[in-house]
Amino acid sequence: MRFYEYEAKALFARHGAPLLRGRLAHTAAEAKTIAAEIGGAVVLKSQVLTGGRMKAGGVKFADTPEQAETAATAILELEINGQKPRGVLVEQRAGVAQEYFAAVTWDGRRKLPVLVFSDMGGIDIEEVAETHPEHVAQVHLSTLVPFSPFKAKEAVAAVGVTGDDLTRLTPIVASLVEVFLRYDLTLAEINPLGKTTDGRFLVLDGHVDLEAEARDKHAKLLTELGIGKEETRQARPPTRFEIRGAEVDASDHRGVAGNVVEFDGDLGLVIGAGGGSLTLFDAIRKHGGRPANYCEIGGNPSVKKACELTKLILSKPGVKKIAVMMNVVSNTRVDIVARGVIKGCVESGRDPADTIAIFRIPGAWEDDGFKILGKYRVEYCDRTVSMFEAARRAVAKMQAA
Amino acid sequence: MNAMFIDVQVDAAVAADTALAKKLTEVCPVNIFAQEKDGRLRVVEENLDECVLCELCIQAAPAGSVRVIKLYEQ
Ligand code: SF4
Repeated sequence: MRFYEYEAKALFARHGAPLLRGRLAHTAAEAKTIAAEIGGAVVLKSQVLTGGRMKAGGVKFADTPEQAETAATAILELEINGQKPRGVLVEQRAGVAQEYFAAVTWDGRRKLPVLVFSDMGGIDIEEVAETHPEHVAQVHLSTLVPFSPFKAKEAVAAVGVTGDDLTRLTPIVASLVEVFLRYDLTLAEINPLGKTTDGRFLVLDGHVDLEAEARDKHAKLLTELGIGKEETRQARPPTRFEIRGAEVDASDHRGVAGNVVEFDGDLGLVIGAGGGSLTLFDAIRKHGGRPANYCEIGGNPSVKKACELTKLILSKPGVKKIAVMMNVVSNTRVDIVARGVIKGCVESGRDPADTIAIFRIPGAWEDDGFKILGKYRVEYCDRTVSMFEAARRAVAKMQAA
Repeated sequence: MNAMFIDVQVDAAVAADTALAKKLTEVCPVNIFAQEKDGRLRVVEENLDECVLCELCIQAAPAGSVRVIKLYEQ
C-alpha cells in the first residue's frame, strides 16, 4: 500500500529524519498561506501515487506566495497518469549541492531486506546500477539479529563517503531501516536525500509502501497519518472483474482464491502456491503468452470458490482457455482444485478438455486429482514437468487454437 | 447443478435415526448432512462436491450404512 509523499515524510519525521519546512495544501489559497509562512522560495509538488510528476508538470517552483498560488492552481487541476492529486505539498526550496539515494526493500532471492545506498541520487537507481555499479552499495539485513546502525554506515561508506558526511548520513539511513523493519514496509526510500549548499542533509522526496497484509497491525499509525480504512491505494481503482474476484475470495473462509488482477490477454490463469503465481505469470509471458489475469489460489479453497473463480475468469471477454498451475502443493489439495476448475468450466458451458490448456498441480491428493482430470480428458502433468515447461505447453496450445 | 464428483448414500434406517442424523451433521466438516424439522437426515446435494473424503461419516455410522462414492472412479 503506497503512501503519498507527504505521508511518507511524516512517517520519516517521526523517526528523526530531517525535513524541509512545509505541509500539504488542498487549495491554491492554502498553498499561498503556507508559502507566506515559509517565506522565500518554495517548491510545490503534486501529491499523486504515481511517478513522472516532474515531466508531467506536477512539480513547480515559486518565489512569492502569489506565484505559489498560481502554481498550486495549475497542479491541483493537473491529472497525472489518470490520477487527480490528493493535494499539493508546499515546501521550502533548498539549494542542493549533491543528491544521494537510500532505500530499503526486499530481496526476493535472498529472502532478506536489502539496504541500497548510492551517491548518485535523484535519478533512476536501476540505471545507475547498470551504468555506474561502483556507485551503488547493497547491504543485506538480518531478520533475526537486531539491526545495528553499523550496517547503514557500511552501505554509505561502500560508495566512498567518508568523514563528516559519513557520520551525518549514517543516522538518517539507519532510521530509514528502522522505519522499514518496524512498520512491515515493502519499500522505504529517500530519493533524493540531498546535501544542501550550506552542508545540511535533508529528505527531499520519500516513498513508502506498506505490506497490505500489515494494515490491521499498523491501524493506529495509519489513523494518525490520516489514511482511511477505505483507501486501497492501488495503482488504479479496481475493475469490476477484480471486485468480483475479491467477492469470490470473501465468500468463504476456506483458503484463497482471489487477489485477481485484470490484464488484456486471452489466456486465463488459475495459479498460485507461495510465489508460484508470480513465477507462472512471468513464465507465460516469457513464452509469448498473453495472460488475461493474475490471481492467487492456495490454502485449500473450497470447490465452490475454485469453481466461481474459474467461472469469473472464463466470463472475461476474449478468454479462450485457462491454465491451472501451481508449484508442488502440500496445503492445497489437487483433487479439490481439479473439481473446482472442471465444475467451473462445465457451469460456464465449456468442455473442460478444450478449455483447460494445462493442469499442472502436483502434491497432496494428486492421485485423486489426476483421476478426475483423466475422466474429463484434461491434459495434466505431475512434478516431473517444471512450471516453466507447463507454461510453455499452455502457450503452445493457445497458439495452436 | 447435480454433484459431479461425489455421491453419498445413507441407508434408510440411519436416515430415520434422529440421534445418528445429529451425529452425522456434527461430524461432517463440509455440511453434507442436515436434519429435517422432524430430525430425519437429509443429504445436502449442493454440498456433495465439497466432500473432503475424510470418512468421519463412515466411522460415525454402523458399518456399511453410509457410503461415500467417488463418481470419477466409475
Ligand atoms: S467423507 Fe467427510 S466430508 Fe465427505 S461426507 Fe463424510 S464426513 Fe462429510
